[in-house]
Amino acid sequence: MNCGELKNLIEGGWPERARCRFDAARRVNEVTCERATLVDLCRRLFHEWDFSFAGLIVEEGADDWRLRYVFYGERDAGWVQVIVGAPLAENVFPSIVVEARIYAADWHEREAEDLFGVRFEGHPRLGDFVLHDDAWQEGVAPMRRGFDAEAAMRDRRPEADWRPRRVVHEPGAFVMPIGPKFSGVTESVHFLLETVGEDVIRSATRLFYKWRAVEKLAEGKTAEEVLLLAERFAATTAFAHGLAFCQALEAIAGADVPARARALRVFLAELERLRQHAGAVQEICESTALVVATSQAGILEEELLRASGKLTGHRYLFGLLAPGGLLCDLATGACREALGEAKAVLSRMLELESQLRISSSFLDRIEEVGVIFPRTARAYSLVGPVARASGLARDLRRAQPYSGYESFEFDVPLEEEGDGYARLRVLFAEARQSVRIMEQAVAALTEGETRAPINLRAGAALGAVEAPRGAAFHWVGLDDGGRVSRYRIVTPSFANWHSFHLAAEKFAFQDFPIILSTFDLSVAENDR
Amino acid sequence: MSRWVVRGIRTGIKTTGYPSGPEHAPGVTPGLPVGGEFGAEAAGLAGRCPTHALAHANGKISVDYRRCVHCYRCVRGVERSLAWRAGWEWAGLTGEPQVRGQLGRPFQRSLHILVVDAGDCGACLNEVKQLNNPYYNMHRLGFFITPTPRHADVLLVVGPVTDHMRTALKKIHDAMPTPKRVVAVGACALSGGVFAESFVCGKGASEVLPVDVEVPGNPPPPLAILHGLLVAVGRTPPVPLVSTPSEPYPER
Repeated sequence: MNCGELKNLIEGGWPERARCRFDAARRVNEVTCERATLVDLCRRLFHEWDFSFAGLIVEEGADDWRLRYVFYGERDAGWVQVIVGAPLAENVFPSIVVEARIYAADWHEREAEDLFGVRFEGHPRLGDFVLHDDAWQEGVAPMRRGFDAEAAMRDRRPEADWRPRRVVHEPGAFVMPIGPKFSGVTESVHFLLETVGEDVIRSATRLFYKWRAVEKLAEGKTAEEVLLLAERFAATTAFAHGLAFCQALEAIAGADVPARARALRVFLAELERLRQHAGAVQEICESTALVVATSQAGILEEELLRASGKLTGHRYLFGLLAPGGLLCDLATGACREALGEAKAVLSRMLELESQLRISSSFLDRIEEVGVIFPRTARAYSLVGPVARASGLARDLRRAQPYSGYESFEFDVPLEEEGDGYARLRVLFAEARQSVRIMEQAVAALTEGETRAPINLRAGAALGAVEAPRGAAFHWVGLDDGGRVSRYRIVTPSFANWHSFHLAAEKFAFQDFPIILSTFDLSVAENDR
Repeated sequence: MSRWVVRGIRTGIKTTGYPSGPEHAPGVTPGLPVGGEFGAEAAGLAGRCPTHALAHANGKISVDYRRCVHCYRCVRGVERSLAWRAGWEWAGLTGEPQVRGQLGRPFQRSLHILVVDAGDCGACLNEVKQLNNPYYNMHRLGFFITPTPRHADVLLVVGPVTDHMRTALKKIHDAMPTPKRVVAVGACALSGGVFAESFVCGKGASEVLPVDVEVPGNPPPPLAILHGLLVAVGRTPPVPLVSTPSEPYPER
């Protein structure tokens, strides 16, 4: 599949009903089609032409809807954005979930229905998603233009007798509710585990307890203000999300980021990935109650946090990014020093790995639990280490490179088993690759500017990065005054939480926290 | 299994000397800005702060640490910048200290803490988690994390308190036995941070709960959270949450 040929393929396949515009610089095929063509076109993109589903972006114009379905493929295939429009009054669109069998779009359509009031015909279950029915009445559409984001919404008519939906109706079946506050130091999320005894037969995840409506808050703010939100809505991966936002702005303005800033960005992004993976390893060790290994991984994470703090001033890399480059330069010597520290941490991380590999009590807990099969990973368009442990190797750094990743040598680790152990192995393998990239990034540091002037103008663009947990997409629309008119964040945790219940089902209760930890999911990233 | 024991022993002691000794490792804190005399530039500098943490009067800048989100816009990309100080003893008493005050002697070496995430971005929570790793090891001070409100003496709340978490947070606080204290951690829990004020977020935990100790920072480093807990039990004196140029910040 070549992105240049796709235009003929689409316009030939649906003559008169789909128009295609190819942007060679950004490698984007923008397809405008009718509602009747949407399902068929998306189905062929996903199932026949091997595109992954990135996300659905709803835009409300002055008098019309624009729904943008974003797909991405391997390097040559580039991006496809399928656009469907309709007048504001006609807010019913065909669902691509069941008919086109793109399950990855399930939560996107549910979210759009909740926040915009757009309906999707053929979707099996809408409602009670972002806006919990026990807190909000139906018919509230907070992402619509007229809705006041700053004022508290006093008129509430919640569903007083809201109860979770039950699926298991065996004799003796019951629901075990967990959360939103559970265990020691955990994020707020609610699980409903249905069972008749030992095994979890069905599990459901209820998210959005932490919904801060970042996308709504961004509207009408300047790019500088929204950058603060982009960095702070999911701060364990702050740099990756800030970078995706800045890349979207740079694409709108057509600005080139100086070479030194590009290399520094890669260096910092990989430092963040290494730290996040060390934290994920610690969580996995902790869930299996392997105390010494937990402490060892905790030491590594703290050392990387300190290395980040020493290099940049902030342990989570806040306040470094700016549209057009970086807010401040970092000394090459200091980067070398940080690289040395990262290398030292990596060598001890690999020692930890080799010891975990021969700890049978540990392996018994994570091998063959929480299995995600490759076909599921593909159907749900999973991302990040979770996808790469299930045989899906699509990594944005390789598939759609940005910030100069195309000039670095690295491998994309791949495992096929899809169990907890495979996910752990991918984390270790990626940590190795991160240090390899950091080494090349430091070598590529040339003298020069770290920030290019940027002239923000009206427009819209997508920024995409491979965040530590997987592919993150930031869609930014700017108005004539350079203020943000639409901001949509598709996060890796949003994609991976969608499939988490499949991994938890058919396993025993005591496996649940272990499966959860091997997924390395962030609630803050999902809830936004 | 013996391999793990050997490995643990070989690692040696990593734990910080704080609070009884010094801690000089680089990168343990993001630091905070310091106010001062800036003359005609004061208004411009204070105007750069996106969360209104900086206020100026007569050419002097004062800092409200509860609002600072470490965006570094008052020090990076400006000609004359605010001074920046390291350190981590940032926690102050708030609310009605004369009514509740610090927890007394019975709690000073045995404190059970319930951590509630009320919309946190993940960073504050991650820093709380670091308190249990060998570098900080808060067990040595008699501080323990508990999963149940029935055993908790301190409710440690992070995040700006989202709409969907408000009920849960109130219920958790009600379920705790007295005497109890609330420690709010991070700029979001103190002022709403970058998320306030909106239709789903208020201006921090004090709108929902009686907050006793406030720990500034975005996120506060583990040592600052430790200081907040020491303040809650009365083992360390609190510090002011707002610095004014006439009253420089106390350094111990």
